[in-house]
Amino acid sequence: MALSSEQGNRFADLLKGHEDTVIASWTDEISRTVRGRLSRAELQRQTSELQKGFQTALSGGASDLNDDAAAELRAQLTELSNTRARQGFTANETAVSVFALKEAVFQVIKGGEDADTATLRDYIGFSAFVDRAALFTFDTYVRIREELIADQAEQLLELSTPVVKLWEGVVAVPLVGTLDSARAQVVMERLLQTLVDTGSPYAIIDITGVPAVDTQVAQHILKTVVAARLMGADCIISGIRPQIAQTIVALGIEFGDIATKASLADALRHVLRLTGTKRQER
Amino acid sequence: MTTWDGAAAAERVAITSDQDVVRVRQLVRTLAVAVKLSLVDQTKIVTAASELARNTLVYGGGGNAEVSRVDNGRKPGIRIVFADEGPGIPDLDLALTDGYTTGGGMGLGLSGARRLVDEFEIDTEVGKGTTISVTKWCR
Amino acid sequence: MERVPVLKIGDILLVSIQIDMEDQVALQLQEDLADKIVSTGCHGVIIDISALDIVDSFVGRTLATIASVSKVLDADTVVVGMRPAVAITLVELGLSLPGIRTALNVELGMKLLAQERERYELDLEDEDEESAVPTP
Repeated sequence: MALSSEQGNRFADLLKGHEDTVIASWTDEISRTVRGRLSRAELQRQTSELQKGFQTALSGGASDLNDDAAAELRAQLTELSNTRARQGFTANETAVSVFALKEAVFQVIKGGEDADTATLRDYIGFSAFVDRAALFTFDTYVRIREELIADQAEQLLELSTPVVKLWEGVVAVPLVGTLDSARAQVVMERLLQTLVDTGSPYAIIDITGVPAVDTQVAQHILKTVVAARLMGADCIISGIRPQIAQTIVALGIEFGDIATKASLADALRHVLRLTGTKRQER
Repeated sequence: MTTWDGAAAAERVAITSDQDVVRVRQLVRTLAVAVKLSLVDQTKIVTAASELARNTLVYGGGGNAEVSRVDNGRKPGIRIVFADEGPGIPDLDLALTDGYTTGGGMGLGLSGARRLVDEFEIDTEVGKGTTISVTKWCR
Repeated sequence: MERVPVLKIGDILLVSIQIDMEDQVALQLQEDLADKIVSTGCHGVIIDISALDIVDSFVGRTLATIASVSKVLDADTVVVGMRPAVAITLVELGLSLPGIRTALNVELGMKLLAQERERYELDLEDEDEESAVPTP
């Protein structure tokens, strides 16, 4: 049941007339769900802003949350979802912050003891309006959380795959953590691009920080090495721990003629010797 | 220039000469950029299209390619359907084996192209012709 | 039909492929290069593919043939500037370009050719010394 503009006006008056009571009991409701993670003063400030938002929207003749008159309210609700999502509140706790207004207003009507049929009908319309506002908040919350997760996943990918220049003509990728297909692809592309950008004919892939090597991970590393070779660069794999060497052999993975070294230092020494002999030949 | 606004937008190219293979490549690249495939995925689908277009020309005796934008509700993608009315492929399993060739090539056309795309469907009948459909989705 | 130009720089022939080649253009390049190696007497060929956004099996095969033909004509071939996306695609395609030497860029390619040539000349000198030693 949609809210008519007269009903809206009546509720705007009611919110204005009982401002302090509504804010107080609304704040009480919310603080019960957030259990001390936000101070009462902070909550009070938020609810009183929201109260003004609802009041403005309703007195402006908004019968639906999508009306122009409710634009300001929508902005406030978005902001609320945004801060709650970033502070780590659940979707439930965020939506309750809006739903609680219904309870607070109901207390006021009951307190007046004039709850006739007309008032109840008004209340149902108002209740539907608040429901929509809460669902809007919920939706916004979910969207913001998804954005946050996507951002973090991307940041994590960036963080976990550095390519560093080790020496003139030598770059290294210290791999840390589990390598899945998506990450292996990012590592592969970044390494190869760095080879081009720096003109480095040698790359060392250090897997000291990789907890386990399965067929798929080995496959990805091998493909990187072959791709680098096609471009005219040599890869050395270093940091193979004893148990990983055992797994590689047990799985029957062929590293072929790819140079493998126990430590990053050994790998660098190997590369320098290669470039050194070439220089001596000249 | 082609615009790819509608989901059903499709462009058909006849493959009858070397130049047409180049034309298919360019068309696929334009669409791959438009649906925002990553650079590596663009390269993969264009390479696959090049292999299959040449197959259509060399083994199928010419035919056509239909390049279209597709959408599975969650992500956009690109689909290319190659069709010819050539001799068909008698032993499909053999044709999809690495290193198998009848045209003096390296024998990587079909099997290689299959590895470069997300979906690969082939429909062939001896004496009637071959239709190959490949799809690459955005990540 | 377009043609890929072949430039002579010192003892090296430089080919920079800047266009999306039709198969015919690739075959023409193969012929042009063989002719040019013979007419100039160059001992090194550098093929720059940094402008190519794809290398399919046909281009791959052409490059391999060029390298083999050049070898017969006493010239080393280095393919330079392959893009990462192209290399990744070739690996997936299963094309490893056997017999083709590669370098990251033209400069490194020229270095590689110079080293090859030096090694070859050193070998010649060794042979000369050996034959100069009188047998007791």
